[in-house]
Amino acid sequence: MALRNASLSVNKGEILAIIGPSGAGKTTLLRLVNLLIQPTSGLILFNDVNTSGDDKHQRSLRRQMSLVLQYPALFDTTVFNNVALGLKIRGCPETVIKEKVDNMLAVVGLSGFEKRMVKTLSGGEAQRIALARALVTEPKLLLLDEPTSNLDPKNVSIIEDIVRAANTKSQVTVVLATHNLNQAKRLAQRVAFILDGEIVEEGASKEIFEQPKDERTATYVDGRMIY
Amino acid sequence: MIYLGGWEEIGFGLFRALQLIFSGDPEVLRITLISLRVSGTATLLGAAIGIPVGASIALRRFPARTLLISVINTLMGLPPVVVGLFLYLMLSNFGPMGFLRLLYTPEAMVLAQLVLVAPITAGVTLSAVSNVDARLKEMAVSLGADPLQEVRIILREARLGLLTAVIVGFGSAISEVGAIMMVGGNLLGYTRALTTAIVLLTNQGAFTEAIALGIILLGLAFAINILLTYLQLRTKAGLFAAETERHHPVT
Ligand SMILES: Nc1ncnc2c1ncn2[C@@H]1O[C@H](COP(=O)(O)OP(=O)(O)OP(=O)(O)O)[C@@H](O)[C@H]1O
Ligand SMILES: [Mg+2]
Repeated sequence: MALRNASLSVNKGEILAIIGPSGAGKTTLLRLVNLLIQPTSGLILFNDVNTSGDDKHQRSLRRQMSLVLQYPALFDTTVFNNVALGLKIRGCPETVIKEKVDNMLAVVGLSGFEKRMVKTLSGGEAQRIALARALVTEPKLLLLDEPTSNLDPKNVSIIEDIVRAANTKSQVTVVLATHNLNQAKRLAQRVAFILDGEIVEEGASKEIFEQPKDERTATYVDGRMIY
Repeated sequence: MIYLGGWEEIGFGLFRALQLIFSGDPEVLRITLISLRVSGTATLLGAAIGIPVGASIALRRFPARTLLISVINTLMGLPPVVVGLFLYLMLSNFGPMGFLRLLYTPEAMVLAQLVLVAPITAGVTLSAVSNVDARLKEMAVSLGADPLQEVRIILREARLGLLTAVIVGFGSAISEVGAIMMVGGNLLGYTRALTTAIVLLTNQGAFTEAIALGIILLGLAFAINILLTYLQLRTKAGLFAAETERHHPVT
């Protein structure tokens, strides 16, 4: 059982950071929310809709979310085809796809990269393409699983800027799983601390980092927790 | 004359091969076309069966899956003569499929090579599709793909391996002799293919001609490989783009 007692909610339009040590269950939580795995018990609501149900129901909900992983997970084809894939899957007309992909590449600062094979991209570029692929479908919910842990500081700040802009301009709700406490402080309004598959504490970012109620949270945010 | 061992025949064979190719020898041409038609058809049918079977086994979890994989792996190494013998017994006049009157026809040769090729294509497909990164498979689902779209995305990701499956299938078909000899009968102008002709010529001591046909066989396999590889590289980027036209939206 990777997760227990994981009662957590994210409000529309906010950025929620999920922090916790390795193996705490952050990735599992995001995969549950993305409906890639099913909970053995309990309930996941998306926009007040119960997410449990048949494939079709789950797919229609899943198409309102996007996931970015620590590893870009791009398909072996061009940049354009990767960014366009989610739109193609949704049956978007080609001219619309072209326009949206162009705009999105501009947003991530990679205009002109359309025809490049993704194998030729640097790690930072590849991750920005993964983010572009996630945002181009205009998701209501963006799930980020340690999206910058393999990147240099410059790309980290580029990606954080894009996420922040998407959140403020398009009101995308964001759930960010991260080891990086500073990133959580920089981006999130609310923070949840997860340990051994349990949500220990959740609250406003300031509260969690400055006045945590739980002793374990305090140890973790102080960097005193050995794991 | 100084005897040079086998090298002499090989040298003359090379010369004779060029002669036969460039003079457009009708008999060689016919033999070559029979080989191409029989093995080409068996390869295509083998791909039509082997790719879906291999991909389904790779992508689905069901009881007896491991057993099925072992069966396919075993069938990949089927000895052609055994297949030939089995089909001969099935197709001969007194056999259960004798009424089809297929023995000693090119169709029987296609059938024999199909039995050999389909498991090979399935086996290579199985391993190619299994090797697609599990995270990419999950990403396809996360992007909202329905089961059909998911399979297409994964197969496209495995396309190099699928091409290999077809090439390996064709290679084993065109070079196979035991099975088509038994069910085809090596009839001149009808069921005599390159490999069976080589065996016959060798038995007759016509080594130069045998080598010549061997060289044509090799050249043919090489040319087909080049063609397929070229097609593969050319369509590398185009495959995803082609998806849009054929696309069907699913709500
Ligand atoms: N498919 C699975 N089957 C069984 N256990 C699993 C599975 N996936 C994850 N786990 C276990 O669940 C726990 C939580 O894993 P998870 O990947 O969610 O952690 P995490 O918080 O994302 O860690 P990290 O920061 O290292 O990415 C781990 O102990 C892991 O071994
Ligand atoms: Mg993780």
